Amino acid sequence: MRNCWIGVPVLGIVFLLTSLSWAQQSDAVDRDMSVPPDEVTEKPVADDVALQPVAERIPVEPSRGLAPPGAIMVKNKENDAGDQLVVSFELPADTTGIFAYRIYRRVSGEKDWDLVKVVAAGEPTEFIDGYDPEFPVMPGTLYEYRIASVDPEGNEYFGEIQVAQETPHGEWYHTGKTKVLIACAIFMGLIFFYFNRAQRGVKMYLRPIAGIEAIDEAIGRATEMGKPVLYVPGLSDIADVATIASLTILGRVAKKVAEYQTPLMVPNRDPIVYTVAEESVKQAYLEAGRPDAYDPDSVFFLTTSQFAFVAGVNGIMMREKPATNFYLGMFWAESLLLAETGSLSGAIQIAGTDAVTQLPFFITTCDYTLIGEELYAASAYLGQEPKQIGALKGQDACKAIIITFITAALAFGVLDLLFKSDLVEWLSNFLASPIVE
Amino acid sequence: MKRTVPLLIVLVGGILMMVQYFIPHQVSQSIFNYYTDWAPIVSSFALILGIGSLTRVHAHKIRRKADNWQYSWAVLIPLYLMPVLGLIWPKSMGGGMDAPSIFHFMYMYIQIPIQATMFSLLAFYIASAAFRAFRAKSALATVLLLAAVVVMLGQVPIGELLGSWFPKLGLWILRYPNLAAKRAIMLGVGFGMLATNLKIIFGVERNWLGGVGK
Repeated sequence: MRNCWIGVPVLGIVFLLTSLSWAQQSDAVDRDMSVPPDEVTEKPVADDVALQPVAERIPVEPSRGLAPPGAIMVKNKENDAGDQLVVSFELPADTTGIFAYRIYRRVSGEKDWDLVKVVAAGEPTEFIDGYDPEFPVMPGTLYEYRIASVDPEGNEYFGEIQVAQETPHGEWYHTGKTKVLIACAIFMGLIFFYFNRAQRGVKMYLRPIAGIEAIDEAIGRATEMGKPVLYVPGLSDIADVATIASLTILGRVAKKVAEYQTPLMVPNRDPIVYTVAEESVKQAYLEAGRPDAYDPDSVFFLTTSQFAFVAGVNGIMMREKPATNFYLGMFWAESLLLAETGSLSGAIQIAGTDAVTQLPFFITTCDYTLIGEELYAASAYLGQEPKQIGALKGQDACKAIIITFITAALAFGVLDLLFKSDLVEWLSNFLASPIVE
Repeated sequence: MKRTVPLLIVLVGGILMMVQYFIPHQVSQSIFNYYTDWAPIVSSFALILGIGSLTRVHAHKIRRKADNWQYSWAVLIPLYLMPVLGLIWPKSMGGGMDAPSIFHFMYMYIQIPIQATMFSLLAFYIASAAFRAFRAKSALATVLLLAAVVVMLGQVPIGELLGSWFPKLGLWILRYPNLAAKRAIMLGVGFGMLATNLKIIFGVERNWLGGVGK
């Protein structure tokens, strides 16, 4: 019977959808019935009068008056999906009286023109065509362009129709991301190198982190007090790496809780996170050899609304008085609301997040805080599995490389100020250049 | 099999998404969009499980007459009443979502004020947290207190009245020591994410499948 509760919302939703569909049909019938037959009017339709787009009124021959722009250059934009073109045009020899330029585009061989850009006089004459989702540029299509000089009254003076020199096409490699690729390869190589070292049994030192070491103590405290442990896996969705890190810690916490036979409460904001958390806790109880101790009500969904979730969790804290609160994952404005209420309820609190703006709130109100990357490291610390520890050492090696780069950039920057050498300046600029072009 | 198939899906999907980042071609973009389009679909179905969980937990409380079981009615009644009022209730009797309707009234004059109340509690909590954090119990805490005073006074007009260097010093603290510390944390977070992703993609980290291993 316990497992049949899912049927209640399913039935509710089916009932709602059926009723909605029925209500819409009724509304449609009502609307039809509400118009008396003699009031039904027909739209005047003239077979020979069709609406013509404004752009079709473009004269075929160039007008006389203001000088029209000159040659139009169309190039394929590099490093895109083939949905953008770089368009530039030559200004007329005499720009007197020109207020703006209107750029029209059509697929070569078609009749209708689309106004894709208006460039004010004096503005750069190069732009990227394809930004406007209403007039997308299709890969592999040949386009024609025509540009008009516009006077303050809005009169257009058209230049020649010109066929684009290039068709848009996507690239199979983003040349601006080469540095990222090299950096990724180095970092992945380092992490795999340390994976292997750890697997070969090389002992690696891990700096102790107080917040992680306190997890056992905190669960033990709850056991001694006979009160539950509250675990909030953040408010983000499953696509957030912090949430995944939190769920891996939840598995380990749940195993300890199962061994100590302490009640556990895991409220969730995201429905997918809820299903993963439930599975994780259930499996942890199974691995601890206490599947019978698992309470299906211990992991539950609360609401997707941010502050309603806070109200719910704060209510649980004040009513159930958990002895230990874990806030691990991604948090926003609710971090202080949760942690301060937990502090008032007298619980020992361990928090961890990669949200830099929320860290000060957790540090001031919680007993222990896992700062940034420590959240990701917690699973390895708790599990002590060689590969996990290897990954941590790989991270440290990556950080050492970055620190070396920053220090070298700083040193070369200072040397450049002191000695004004071309080589030092080049090295300084190279080290300080952005990684993504 | 129960573990191998999800691990294979993650391995293929993870590598595909990594490679996709370096390929701007429309084929690569289409695959990316196809993958990301699945997220809201899966989420919609998971919501049914979520509502089922909420219903089950509170129904058990009511049935067992657990402590504070009355509050469970305050969860279950609006949970099912609001959709009924918004979608089923006849418009002639105040149904529908658009104003004027009971649904609209309850949303605008009950739900939004309650949420705003929760958010506004933050102001008081910040005051009490700041009081705890800024007690000058040690040398480092004193430095924190002084930095906070300078930054706060630098943000308000009275700071400039006290001395024109207040806003400048406040801005300097925010731009240099504060930003340097933030960037250091963000750098660590970035590497942590990279390592976690690699561990998940290559099956080193399997906790998300349920269980913690040996």
